[in-house]
Amino acid sequence: MSRVLAVLLLVLLAGRALGIDTETAFTDPARQARYEQLIHELRCVQCQNQSIADSPVGLASDLRREVKEMIGAGQSDAAIRHFMTERYGDFVLYDPPLRARTLFLWAAPVLFMLLAVGAAVRVIVRRSHAPPGPDPEDAA
Amino acid sequence: MWRYFVPAAAFVALGALLAFALVRIGSGKLDVHEIPSPLIGKAAPAWVLPSVLDPAVRVDSHALAGKAYLLNVWGTWCGECRAEHPALLELARSGGIALVGIDWKDDHADAVSYLRQLGNPYQQVVADDDGRVAIDFGVYGAPETFLIGADGRILAKHIGALSAAVWVEKFAPKLRAGAGS
Repeated sequence: MSRVLAVLLLVLLAGRALGIDTETAFTDPARQARYEQLIHELRCVQCQNQSIADSPVGLASDLRREVKEMIGAGQSDAAIRHFMTERYGDFVLYDPPLRARTLFLWAAPVLFMLLAVGAAVRVIVRRSHAPPGPDPEDAA
Repeated sequence: MWRYFVPAAAFVALGALLAFALVRIGSGKLDVHEIPSPLIGKAAPAWVLPSVLDPAVRVDSHALAGKAYLLNVWGTWCGECRAEHPALLELARSGGIALVGIDWKDDHADAVSYLRQLGNPYQQVVADDDGRVAIDFGVYGAPETFLIGADGRILAKHIGALSAAVWVEKFAPKLRAGAGS
């Protein structure tokens, strides 16, 4: 029985060890929610493919500390995002703002979608109007 | 004819674009991990930090104003910093520019013995223990080097190891342009 308990305890503790930032930063749930939201949308610039919430590197924990302190000081989410982009550029945001420079980034999916739909419509229209038999363009 | 030409041309154009990027990455001209700094051309953040060699002394960045200098962010834990160290010593020896070091999130005793052992290229070397100044400069990995102009603006930034070539090609032209303006 005690062995089962010990194993259970270890498993539970291991779960906590996997989380990078397990301790709650704020007792106030509204502030904690803002903190969680912000650290998940800020990219760890050092590792580049993780948010600062998920990254164990030193810089990510420094940036989490900045976010925590700025929320504690009563700063708005916009002010905190501005603080980060002022230093690290838009790259630090996982959700980059729509600007002239990022227009193609945002427009590209729509553009490709339209291209695909356009191509599909053309093929369907041609197929339904073409007389039965071999494709006339193949014959040409 | 067109139904074959358009997809083939699109394929060749895409291939050329990818090949161009690959060649640039392969030759070291393009680093996909490099994040362009929004701070270039802006006033360098001010700081007051303790000296590594004499912790009782606090160095104020305002005291460095009036002359251009290189601000080098390093740490004893950073392998690339060790690799660029001879280039820093050579730059310091040439007398072309003063070097200021920021020892980033490091052990003070390690830093002192590192500089004793390898030589100290820095006119001033300060400790940023909690990494706040590094964040103000948008540092995301060491080594990073900033060229600060005589007017206190950031003229250029280099991410990765500094070398004589980087100095000649990237920093020296900016310094001349900055002095002329």
